[in-house]
Amino acid sequence: MSRCLADRSIDHVVLERGEVAHTWKNERWDSLRLLTPNWQSRLPGYGYEGDDPDGFRTMSETIDFIERYADVISAPVRTNTSVTSVRSIDDGYRVTTNQGDWRCRTVVIATGACNVARVPAVAEGVPSSIATLTPIQYRNPDQIEQGGVLVVGASASGTQIADEIHRSGRPVTLAAGEHIRVPRVYRGKDIKWWMDVAGVLDEFYTEVDNIDRVRNVPSLQLAGSDDRHTVDLNSLTDIGVKLIGRLAGMTEGKAQFSGSLRNLCAMSDLKMNRLLDRIDEWAAEHSFDGEVSPPHRFEPTRVEASPPLGMDLTNGEIQTIVWATGFRPDHSWLDMPVFDRKGRIRHDGGVVEAPGMYLMGIPFLRRRKSSLIDGAADDARDLSAHLASHLDGRISSPCA
Amino acid sequence: MSTPEKTTDNGVNVEALLDARKALSEAPEAAQFMWRAKCEWVKGTHSRSTVEGFFGLGEEQMHKTKFTFDADHPEVFASEDHGATPVEIVLAGLASCLTAGIASVAQLREIQLRSVSATVEGGMDIQGILGMDSDVRPGFDGIKVTYKIDADATPDEIKAIVAQSQKRSAVFDVVTNPTNVTVEVN
Repeated sequence: MSRCLADRSIDHVVLERGEVAHTWKNERWDSLRLLTPNWQSRLPGYGYEGDDPDGFRTMSETIDFIERYADVISAPVRTNTSVTSVRSIDDGYRVTTNQGDWRCRTVVIATGACNVARVPAVAEGVPSSIATLTPIQYRNPDQIEQGGVLVVGASASGTQIADEIHRSGRPVTLAAGEHIRVPRVYRGKDIKWWMDVAGVLDEFYTEVDNIDRVRNVPSLQLAGSDDRHTVDLNSLTDIGVKLIGRLAGMTEGKAQFSGSLRNLCAMSDLKMNRLLDRIDEWAAEHSFDGEVSPPHRFEPTRVEASPPLGMDLTNGEIQTIVWATGFRPDHSWLDMPVFDRKGRIRHDGGVVEAPGMYLMGIPFLRRRKSSLIDGAADDARDLSAHLASHLDGRISSPCA
Repeated sequence: MSTPEKTTDNGVNVEALLDARKALSEAPEAAQFMWRAKCEWVKGTHSRSTVEGFFGLGEEQMHKTKFTFDADHPEVFASEDHGATPVEIVLAGLASCLTAGIASVAQLREIQLRSVSATVEGGMDIQGILGMDSDVRPGFDGIKVTYKIDADATPDEIKAIVAQSQKRSAVFDVVTNPTNVTVEVN
């Protein structure tokens, strides 16, 4: 957005609570790689020029990448500036920070979708003998005691953390709720490559049925690694991770798990196959079949006949619980009546109801790719155009 | 507009359901329902339950007629078999809920159903209800539902409808997840 505003000669500052790439430096585990291939981090005027386009950036490479971009575009970043309040004033907004106030006509909220780890209400009933942590606190298996670990949640974070902890010798039980299974590589190409060329990632928010539902779909079950292997429930079962149903209750030190695991896995397999069907159709229509290996389908998710429905958390078998149950944004500093009853900012494709206020970087903001680094460019171009019109007085209504 | 041959009719008024969802998103308090049943002991293990009124959309509602369910146990339990066993009523409730969901989801996805039939089996070790072995739970040790569906759809589309129906089914949720139950005597 800063680059797009600069292109339009719009004076702006970028307020950063810590340093550039703060979240990547402080709130991610050590082994995490970007879930998108190197070639796919395309920012305005800045792409990948290295010799490993299909690789996945480590955290330090991701931090370098973002720092370099801030440098290349000479972004007017004010570091160590925490916003404590944004309020509406006559001709715009007053932004209060720990480094003084700003008055501005427009505000772009780009604080991300994953500021706070969600923890389910049943966590209150976990016995005090159990250590608990979230993916934001998790760094590596060494910080966890020896003994069994219950990982709750089977999206990208939960499956990667379960895989790493189990391989460290701490037996993992993985409680799986709704999840979106995809293979890392299909027909020799990265799944993100297929989704990009087949237009899946460019789908626009006005083109999908029930955007509210789509914005709340869990993240793709993906991991980045050197050998591009798939981490999914079957790969976890293969290394000995125990798969159980969604954590549904907690009474008297006993965890209760839903009997719906089979259906959730079936739904996820069906959904994956619909995506693969779409990819195969695209490949056939674009005479691409000769370039890649033939279509195939993956083994359905294996679920044991009667997965356990309960687990005693007081007998010492489980020492640690990891809550990989999703994230939510933190907009607690935004003192504006722009929230829905679930505490989410009401917006139309990133154009917030408050005139001159914009939102970026949340799932399916404008496009399926909006939450990816690769989604920022198109969203920033669109929203900076709207913002410029607002400043010119050409738009007074908040509709895109 | 839609052409006649594309019209799907499973007898479900999806428009009304979608309208209701939109209305309730603006007035979520109206979504609070309370379902009720009354039950009278008749004799032995025979009881008769009735349902008539419920609360929803902000006010008391009534069924068109009062519905009655006799429940009893079969003669192998030394009972008189005046009705289905309560656990069979639960199985019937699960199948009915999933089947209603299948019709609704198919309608929404514009898939014409021709026939839908389900067989439901719930396994049980009755040592649990007889109090013979405290390691055996009184309830089902598992439930299996088998559908036969004839519809204008691919096998995967049919599976997706059945999966979505489970996801949205109240009775499926009741039997797969714990629910706090309070029983009082007045």
